[in-house]
Amino acid sequence: MPRAKLVFMRNGKRVEETEVSPNETLLDYLRLRERSCGTKEGCNEGDCGACTVAVGSMRKGRMVYEPVNACIRLLAQIDGCDVITVDDLASEGELHPVQKAMVEQHGSQCGFCTPGIVMSLFTLYHSGQKPDRQRVNDWLAGNLCRCTGYRPIADAALLAIDGNADDALATRSAGTLKALKAMQDGEDIFIGNTDRFVAAPASIEALAKLVAKHPDATIVSGATDVGLWITKQLRELPRIILTGRAAGFDAITSSKSGLRVGAGATYAQAFDALAGIDPDIGEVVRRIGSKQVRASGTIGGNIANGSPIGDMPPMLIALGAQLELMKGKKTRVMALEDFFIDYGKQNRQAGELVSAVEIPRLARNQHFRAYKISKRFDQDISAVMAAFRITVEKGKMTEARIAFGGMAGTPKRASNAEAALVGVSIANEADWETAIAALADDFTPLTDMRASAGYRMRVAQNLLRKALTEIAGKASDETRVAGRRERLEAAQ
Amino acid sequence: MNVKPQQLKADTMAVGKALAHDSAERHVQGTAPYIDDLREPEGLLHVAPGLSPAARGILRSLDLSAVRAAPGVVAVLTAADIPGVNDCSPAMGDDPIFAVKEIEFHGQVLFAVVARTRDQARRAARLAKVEISEKKPAVSVDDGLKSGKTVLDPYEFRRGEAEAAISSAPHKVSGALRIGGQEHFYLEGQISMALPGEGSEMKVMCSTQHPSEVQHLVARMLARPEAMIVCECRRMGGGFGGKESQAGQWACLAALAAHVTGQPCKIRLDRDDDMVATGKRHDFAVEWQAAHDEKGVLEAVDVTFNSRCGYSADLSLGVNDRTMFHADNSYFYPQVRIRSNRVKTNTVSNTAFRGFGGPQGMVFAERMMDEIAVKLGADPLEIRKRNFYAKGRDVTPYGMTVEDNILKQLVGELERSSDYRARRKEIARFNATSRYLKKGIALNPVKFGIAFTLKHLNQAGALVHVYTDGSIQVNHGGTEMGQGLYLKVAQVVAEEFGVDISRVRITATVTDKVPNTTPTAASSGADLNGMAAKKAAETIRQRMAEVAAKFWQGKAGEVRFSQGMVIVGGREVPFAEVAKKCFLERVQLSATGYYATPKITWDRETASGNPFLYFAYGASCSEVLIDTLTGENRVTRADILHDVGSSLNPALDIGQVEGGFVQGVGWLTTEELVFDEKGRLRTHAPSTYKIPTAFDVPEDFRVKLWESKGNRASTIYRSKAVGEPPVMLATSVFSAIFHAIASINPGKVPQLDAPATAEAVLKAVEGMG
Repeated sequence: MPRAKLVFMRNGKRVEETEVSPNETLLDYLRLRERSCGTKEGCNEGDCGACTVAVGSMRKGRMVYEPVNACIRLLAQIDGCDVITVDDLASEGELHPVQKAMVEQHGSQCGFCTPGIVMSLFTLYHSGQKPDRQRVNDWLAGNLCRCTGYRPIADAALLAIDGNADDALATRSAGTLKALKAMQDGEDIFIGNTDRFVAAPASIEALAKLVAKHPDATIVSGATDVGLWITKQLRELPRIILTGRAAGFDAITSSKSGLRVGAGATYAQAFDALAGIDPDIGEVVRRIGSKQVRASGTIGGNIANGSPIGDMPPMLIALGAQLELMKGKKTRVMALEDFFIDYGKQNRQAGELVSAVEIPRLARNQHFRAYKISKRFDQDISAVMAAFRITVEKGKMTEARIAFGGMAGTPKRASNAEAALVGVSIANEADWETAIAALADDFTPLTDMRASAGYRMRVAQNLLRKALTEIAGKASDETRVAGRRERLEAAQ
Repeated sequence: MNVKPQQLKADTMAVGKALAHDSAERHVQGTAPYIDDLREPEGLLHVAPGLSPAARGILRSLDLSAVRAAPGVVAVLTAADIPGVNDCSPAMGDDPIFAVKEIEFHGQVLFAVVARTRDQARRAARLAKVEISEKKPAVSVDDGLKSGKTVLDPYEFRRGEAEAAISSAPHKVSGALRIGGQEHFYLEGQISMALPGEGSEMKVMCSTQHPSEVQHLVARMLARPEAMIVCECRRMGGGFGGKESQAGQWACLAALAAHVTGQPCKIRLDRDDDMVATGKRHDFAVEWQAAHDEKGVLEAVDVTFNSRCGYSADLSLGVNDRTMFHADNSYFYPQVRIRSNRVKTNTVSNTAFRGFGGPQGMVFAERMMDEIAVKLGADPLEIRKRNFYAKGRDVTPYGMTVEDNILKQLVGELERSSDYRARRKEIARFNATSRYLKKGIALNPVKFGIAFTLKHLNQAGALVHVYTDGSIQVNHGGTEMGQGLYLKVAQVVAEEFGVDISRVRITATVTDKVPNTTPTAASSGADLNGMAAKKAAETIRQRMAEVAAKFWQGKAGEVRFSQGMVIVGGREVPFAEVAKKCFLERVQLSATGYYATPKITWDRETASGNPFLYFAYGASCSEVLIDTLTGENRVTRADILHDVGSSLNPALDIGQVEGGFVQGVGWLTTEELVFDEKGRLRTHAPSTYKIPTAFDVPEDFRVKLWESKGNRASTIYRSKAVGEPPVMLATSVFSAIFHAIASINPGKVPQLDAPATAEAVLKAVEGMG
């Protein structure tokens, strides 16, 4: 019999919940059920970060606390976790070091974003790192503040956080670990009935079996997309299958030839492995969503939802990634680009589950570049996402894999431009023009709130020019205003 | 980063000290309650609005049967439920609480649902069957100009014959510029909770910059005397002008729901509804021409501002007037014509936003400077300086003489401290050899007039109580939206009584303590309420001095209040003891204070007199890096020097300067409001509307307060207003981007509109040939 309740830690205390609606969010649980009103709702879509809480889970035998947007995190997803909110930080009237620094640096004005900012900084405090300003900015990308201009907040972070955690949470971490370990009962969770339920199978086999059994259920990994179906579209999702509890579904295995990333791996989990393939991938992943979103969103989810504007698929397609799908016990594998059939239509059968992506490494003569174009650098959805893998032999391009997001109804390869580059000299700029012009045959982009069709086409062409310029030898210090490769490589 | 607050005053108890925001410790613990955090009263119902799916047309039918039948629904409200007036406009009577027949914008409220839970109310609100005979909406400023409809009459300032002077001048520049609007994106969305009382009483808790207006609107809607309605606001989670007039409609819906059901009712807008259904900063199409001499000194300026006001007047009169008042920024226009057309469109009614039209006027003025500089091949800072107000060239286009001008000194200091000249040379070298990346630098001034240009708003009241234990309570008409107004006023009161700030408790702004208040706006919160509180405190202090003089053998005129003691007749008596003595002597320890700003003589009819008490000044120097292949751009360094007079609280003031600047940078770079041809706002959530994140703050950010000898005008402790002026410091970023683009083809003027998104920049780059 599967377990019909949630078990989690709430600020170090064990909580059991049997009343769990499939669509209930963690934020509603905190504010409406617990009446813990420190955590705020700013946008209800995981963008502003006012609802940030810290969710602790056991990873490789130690506690890891990550910032999470409570507004789009489903309550059921916190099974087996320790949830800490801003209401919990001060102990015995004494402010937590990050709270104290925020006060001293004048880091709050209206104060509404402040609880979320404090919680983001709290997770940074527990990350074991002594951050620099860039790291702090990155950590705060998912926390919008409209009053301060962020400077005092960043100063507070730099002052309070030195990599050593010395607070109540640190003191009790051994106990928390023990408690969370005890919750890992290996049991499947199933709360509700076959018409209306939320389930969290404990193994990949059980997950695949349940998905096959309920082909109309909504498969949820990070809920960074599905969460908005609930909070914004007010959709009723009566049957929800969570992937997060399935042991090994987030496994990342690395070999000489490539990576295998389990569909359930979050961006945060996959970051190092992905950045290890090429620094540009790391920089794009760093800019996907925010710390909160990357702690929740998964590589598999970003593919499975079939979005034409996801940032991972163009990079993975350019790299020649293969997608693995699973139905019951059967698996099949396809080139990732073949998964995306049309806008809103993927090559996934009923009851089938995206299970893993296989990513080959770059050969010595393969050059990779990726660019994310958005209105704002951090935490923005791309207007255009471009990825290039160019093979160069003896000064000539012998193969090109070019994929774009935001240029069509799906992530799509630029086959005309690819063909036009083969045999062309990398050193001779004049020879690139045919391929650059060919992008106009590959795509007919649309105009929307992120960019006009004309800009999308123009910038796509210019990005190909930029990629070739860099591959031909120009340092990205001379071609980019941010995210420079040489600096990223040096930092690694 | 290098932030040096001004030297603290050594001889004060509280004023001038860099004290932390009074709620800071509660902010960081999540224990500063906003309205949605308050313990919910028993039987609380929740309200959600039903919004129009079309931008323009006639409402043919509104079938609410499915709404009424939805789970949890207690009532469905329409205009028919309103006992009084169906209007929530600040003045003009043209903002219906519920649209009845004419649909004027997408997102206009048609009805409201009252349900047991907020979720039920939101779900039910989507079940209405709405039939609208749609008409083609006027969406953009151009659409509106074409239709010829306006929300208000045009207005003009004129001196001399600018058009004639320009047509015959040898050196001319002209241009057209579009300036985008801006969503406030206060982190706490619009919210109100109405609590019915006995008889006709109703209390409305509202996140508003203008509690008195909310009180009046609710009274008028319910056809009750104003004395029956109380509006309270302890704090807002951000306002920025977006809760000046825009809070009223939601307060009315909550109050109407409470009236109809007899139960407490709360409305909290979902973010998307909030962004669709509330007004924003006005966007503009500006057309201008000017004549100048061979050195770039202006001879005549002729500018027309066409603004998108939306469907109704709201605060557009004051906003557009202020655009005109700041069309000169810091520059003398010998002959001038400034025209303003207040264009009606079928979009949400645009409203107050920090700067209140001033920023758009200044963006024009700075663009004009930049174009003259490009045309003459001159350093734009030199062109700016040559056109500064100066002796003999000190009368504004609206006839006020600039008497407190510190532009030359302030800009000179920033020019030196930012190393402007050397950096400009270095940038020229960089641009000469850099193929894809270009840099730009600009140093722009700000001169911002302080006072409400609507004269009667320049008044404030305060109420101060001293209790017998020596603790003090203060109340005033200003509201707290994060700017630290409560703290500044508390500092003033602590100073007057010579006590530590911890003794002074500021209580929630509420219309039954201080009535008939004006909005907390126009940067004037501390100027007005600080002065009113000071007067109230002075009254009590005088009474206390007399009692002290009587009992401790001193002269009332020589009694001093310092360090928590009352110094009288050579003795130091604890403040609390004197307070207690007053009570025993039957001397009143409570007083009101009232302040009306002097020297405001503006007469709009004749366009004469002084609209402002003084000017606040500042300057910023920004450096940017742009990518000519993509249009992406970054602010790499910003230096700011800003004048707050004698600061009441340098920490709060620095916070306003930095926050205002970053908000202004967002407006001019990444924040883009996109409406589709059907008049629907497509950027109605933070996923599509991009305000700055931490990474968008300049890597190198140096902010200083100007070492001032104090405001020349007799303001509260000689401080200057600081809420709005810093927003306009961001024009230097826009100018720097302009110059980075201009470097591609010297002499050619870039066609760059605001906001300078990557797309706008790339378009301008490509236009350089």
